[in-house]
Amino acid sequence: MSEPKRISPPLSEGDVEGLRAGDRVLITGVLYTARDAAHKRLIDLLDRGEELPFDLKGQIIYYVGPTPPRPGEIIGSAGPTTSGRMDAYTPRLLELGLKATIGKGQRSDEVVEAMKRYKAVYLAAVGGAAALIKKCIKKAEVIAYEDLGPEAIRRLEVEEFPAIVVNDIYGGDLFKSGVEEYRRG
Amino acid sequence: MRDISTKEITEVVKRLCRDAACELGEDVKAALRAALEREESPLGRDVLGQIIRNFEIASAEEAPMCQDTGLAVFFVDVGRDVHMDGSLEDAINEGVRQGYREGYLRKSVCDPFTRENTGDNTPAVIHTRVVEGDSIRIRVAPKGAGSENMSRLAMLKPAEGLKGIKDFVVETVGVAGGNPCPPIIVGVGIGGNFEWAAILAKEALLRPVGRPNPDEVLASLEEDLLEEINRLGIGPMGFGGTITALAVHVEAAPCHIASLPVAVNIQCHADRHKEAII
Repeated sequence: MSEPKRISPPLSEGDVEGLRAGDRVLITGVLYTARDAAHKRLIDLLDRGEELPFDLKGQIIYYVGPTPPRPGEIIGSAGPTTSGRMDAYTPRLLELGLKATIGKGQRSDEVVEAMKRYKAVYLAAVGGAAALIKKCIKKAEVIAYEDLGPEAIRRLEVEEFPAIVVNDIYGGDLFKSGVEEYRRG
Repeated sequence: MRDISTKEITEVVKRLCRDAACELGEDVKAALRAALEREESPLGRDVLGQIIRNFEIASAEEAPMCQDTGLAVFFVDVGRDVHMDGSLEDAINEGVRQGYREGYLRKSVCDPFTRENTGDNTPAVIHTRVVEGDSIRIRVAPKGAGSENMSRLAMLKPAEGLKGIKDFVVETVGVAGGNPCPPIIVGVGIGGNFEWAAILAKEALLRPVGRPNPDEVLASLEEDLLEEINRLGIGPMGFGGTITALAVHVEAAPCHIASLPVAVNIQCHADRHKEAII
């Protein structure tokens, strides 16, 4: 297994071109968090022709709803949630320049096609590894929709956040190729 | 007749909720460590290594191992010689309320239509039975939505028989793929009726991981299913590998002459369950 690749957002087209399904990556820099409810609000803003709370260009959205921080903590446990619930919203955000999403589980065919079209990747973090991932988060700040609690949009600063490339811009899909390799009979 | 105060029940439930979120049981830890030894995929082993480090950190720092601290599901056996000074259901929900607030656990319960959060992770799902004796046995299994959402139930035709059952279980795991955070534990309820099959599948998950059903026929079915599931190649987190499930637990009950219900309840690797006896 090759060494992990290091990436830092904002991601350029060149950064994304260098990633292949199955690559391990370590991310250092800014991630934005959003889940179902926040996505719905982002799309509503776009429908009304209003500005989003952050510029999507080159950015990474992390699908997470953390536990509440204990006193003195930056953030609670913060592992990835199931990405498929955001599928309906994702192509629109990719069109606006979003370069990567992080979650767990499969994406729809529409999202996979949109990633090829707009040159973006889908990364998976290890579901349930929430206490481990928390340790990579150095700063967390709610930048929109505080009323949504764990579902608010947060700006995270992370160091060496571990993820795996599932879908690359060339049509590579780790969920297909990985399973193919180990299926018996 | 023995008096048990609802205040004590609340205290126990509160502790169980907090402990379950942060401290994985020894049975699950051992199963995950054994999986790391057996997994053939290097990436799969990398994932299992992260999962093991995660539960070690969660335990050492008393942090929730997963951010989805779940819907709190209870199986409560109440001795028939117990007298309580109030509502059992209220006492359990109060324990959940306090445990989730004071333990800084995520409140993940909402109205199904407005999606407005109830704010305190109640109501809990409570299955109660009256049994012999003068004690109360409380088992809690906080269940995240990632794996719960991948669970299915089928009302098979009796003619489909054992093959139909096996095909449905394996197909359910295959369709779930990486979504339910494999390696998973598969709870299977066979027989009963529509809701009984589902409860059997859920309760099967509370058995210590890998302990076979005492019934030889069911134990052998568990073994066959585990082998078939691990041949699917899904692997840890769905990235491909030889360990998709840590165990399959089957429970069965008699059913209607015209029915063959099968429920499959999938449990993620953060298989949290705790027990107390008052």
